[in-house]
Amino acid sequence: MGALEAYRLRLRRKRFLIRAIRKRRELLRASNNLGKIGPRDVLLFSTLRNEHPRLPYFLRYYRQLGVGHFLLVDNGSDDGGVEYLAAQPDVTLWRTDRSYRRSRYGSDWLNWLRRRYGHGRWCLTVDVDEFLVYPFSDTRPLRALTDWLDASSIRSFGTLLLDLFPREDAAPCGPGEDPVAAAPWFDTGNYQISRNTVYGNLWVQGGPRARAYFGDAPHQAPALNKIPLVKWHRRYAYASSTHMLLPRGLNRVYDEWGGEKTSGVLLHTKFVDTFDRRTAEEVARREHYAGAREYRAYDEAGGLGLWNDWSERYLNWRQLEMLGLMSTGNWA
Amino acid sequence: MTARVGFLMLVHGALDRAASVARHWHSAGCPVVVHVDSRVPHSSFEAFATSLSGLENVHFVARRHCEWGTWSLVDASLAMAEEMLQAHPDVSHVFLASGACLPLRPVADLEAYLAAHRGIDFVESVAVEDVPWAKGGLDVERFQLSFPFAWKRRRRFFDLWVALQRLVARRRPMPEGVAPHLGSQWWCLTRRTVERILYDPRRRELERYFRKVWIPDESYIQTLVRLHGARVESRSLTLSKFDFQGKPHVFYDDHLDLLRRSDCFVARKIWPEADALYRAFLEGQPAPSRAPPNPVEVDRRFARALERRTAGRDGLYSAARFPADVRELGLTAARYTVFHGLGDLFEEFPAWAEREMRLRAHGHLFAAERAEFADGLTSYAGGLADIATLRDYNPTAFLANLVWNTRGETQAFLFGPQDSQKIAPFLARDRNARIYAISGTWAVRLFRSGGSPAELRKEAARLQRIEAAHLQRLRRASTRARVRIWTLAEFLDLPSEVVQTVVEENRPQRAAGLAEAPVMHDLTGLSAFLQELKNQGMQPHLTGDVTEVARLEAPADLPKMVR
Repeated sequence: MGALEAYRLRLRRKRFLIRAIRKRRELLRASNNLGKIGPRDVLLFSTLRNEHPRLPYFLRYYRQLGVGHFLLVDNGSDDGGVEYLAAQPDVTLWRTDRSYRRSRYGSDWLNWLRRRYGHGRWCLTVDVDEFLVYPFSDTRPLRALTDWLDASSIRSFGTLLLDLFPREDAAPCGPGEDPVAAAPWFDTGNYQISRNTVYGNLWVQGGPRARAYFGDAPHQAPALNKIPLVKWHRRYAYASSTHMLLPRGLNRVYDEWGGEKTSGVLLHTKFVDTFDRRTAEEVARREHYAGAREYRAYDEAGGLGLWNDWSERYLNWRQLEMLGLMSTGNWA
Repeated sequence: MTARVGFLMLVHGALDRAASVARHWHSAGCPVVVHVDSRVPHSSFEAFATSLSGLENVHFVARRHCEWGTWSLVDASLAMAEEMLQAHPDVSHVFLASGACLPLRPVADLEAYLAAHRGIDFVESVAVEDVPWAKGGLDVERFQLSFPFAWKRRRRFFDLWVALQRLVARRRPMPEGVAPHLGSQWWCLTRRTVERILYDPRRRELERYFRKVWIPDESYIQTLVRLHGARVESRSLTLSKFDFQGKPHVFYDDHLDLLRRSDCFVARKIWPEADALYRAFLEGQPAPSRAPPNPVEVDRRFARALERRTAGRDGLYSAARFPADVRELGLTAARYTVFHGLGDLFEEFPAWAEREMRLRAHGHLFAAERAEFADGLTSYAGGLADIATLRDYNPTAFLANLVWNTRGETQAFLFGPQDSQKIAPFLARDRNARIYAISGTWAVRLFRSGGSPAELRKEAARLQRIEAAHLQRLRRASTRARVRIWTLAEFLDLPSEVVQTVVEENRPQRAAGLAEAPVMHDLTGLSAFLQELKNQGMQPHLTGDVTEVARLEAPADLPKMVR
């Protein structure tokens, strides 16, 4: 990496930050519980749209892990989710009707909120259908992990986005129910990794979506590498969703010399009941990455068709660690 | 004779936990002297001191500013020890602990243990010149250089200053008669040894020297005990493990059983929010026992963690482990076998190989159309799909995944020049690959296709070019795969020998003979076919000189292989 390249990345990061600062005007605060944030709280950031049925379980899951406060951006929901969130004591909600795509799929909005409220804190950025699992997450709260990361001078925590799918084509999941239980299957060893030489992150693809929908165009398969947990500094910026950050040192969440760094998994519960309705809606809106190509691919495949004889049912983090999908590293 | 322990506590955070531990020891009848880091805000300290104020035998010493790795920690410990000896003439042992320590067993157990080991100082004390005790970086240099800059806050100056001193080969003179020792900073010494360390006439001189030593809390007492101790037992009574970065492992609620089984007296460091641990060990009343400390299980657990962090699992590629091309490491998780060309010579070769060698034999995994998984499956372990584009997008990931997903079952597959070749360099580099290659079998394939040599000439030339490149790669000195190459002619000369070699190397436990011979295709007319190719101007040099047609004509040769 030459000095020129480093300088170019620096400029790019500044551009992201300027975008974030400009886009702050698009956010309108709908509820304010910021005063309740404790000095050592882990903050959760997310953007969402018409996710009301998922919200009760989402909040419950992360409260149980020990998230201290939720900072959420609602992008034009009309399903009652706004009222629901505004009534939560540990949620601060912003609303916007502006374009999700033009906010770089929500990154600009959240970069602003993290910059404003996340400086010096552990910030977890996930979608409403993503559930963080890390080593010992069944016995140790998130704060145990962040304390350990602090003590180890580690600033960011890497994960694999693990697509979960149901055995049948429909996975009914009522409000407040656990979507992981509704769609508990996953691919155990079907992931392709390469290195992004500019940002220094790993680019992980594969899983059920790649084999079922992107067999003819594997390079377009969705990225499964995510770095959702970062000890934030106001100068940091996510470059693309939570796949990679600047400065690029934050992307080195993997070991290059044969060892394994401590890492986790984001259980991706995209394929539960609301999915069919959503596909049609997202194809029409074209607000998602690459013009909702992903959504069109599902549409054309007609139904999910993800399960096969090799699919495995999700049990717990130890199973994922044994399969090599995540690592305890030297956290014992 | 009975022992009476006095505890010294270095406290710098989680004051409420430290207070409950101090209370616990006090209620067991032990005097406690506490030092609180002056960085703790005054209001917090006041609350802490108030909560302990009713306890007659809990004392505080003047607060100092404690910086990690500096003399201040030793200074505070010595001040506490002095206070302890003066205020409690009946104390027979002094135990240094921190605010993040947790007693695992009743004090009576500890006192009984100390009484049974009369006159022994428990302190890890390792001679620097003999053993690399420290994790990384500075060993003997800790004693030879000086360290005026705080490592945690002024790393750059610290590193620069060390580099400068190394440049001029600085060696600070060691005080007379001192042999530097290192060890865990958590010790338990007899009153007599502590007195001799505190009231040593040379104490000023030694202090002056150790003030500039790096991390003196791991060396001052550990060195001096060798001068003053009667009998040193070089281990700490505090269960405290360090990871590869040299920071202590932390105990959480899920370590409860592990800690119980360790039979250690005190453990550190405890996560301040580990409610279950504090509840279990401070409120519960563990039965008195005489068992000696036995931290083997804890050691094993943390050794595994170290191994996982530094060595990782061979052949795993994940979001946590993505080795750059490091040659010492296996590129895949386990041995696998590549049958190059053998599939062209025999009927149902993979099925035969599975029966004979107890491995999982696939067809041409890298065939142009699709990955030919065993048994005609369209997907395989881990969710691998047979889609060629997907496989060829990242062929090394495909193969590494296959081997990883089938750990415990040896994989084998057919390969040849007609297959997608992107995987070929990886096969050559991987020490887990065993490659059995018969060159020129593409000629058999073409011959059996029934086309005329004139039509097949171009295709033959293309396959030969590809195969020649691959074989050349396999013959390089840098190749790490285990490779055996025969030409088609060599094979046809002694087919049974080749088959025998393959079977022996892949299933050594039944080297005596074959249960069943593979059935070779009828090759009558092959040499004429090859001659015709030559006549067309295409020289099949990889086949070798296939002239002994007569011997090939009947596969009747094969039963001879069964001895």
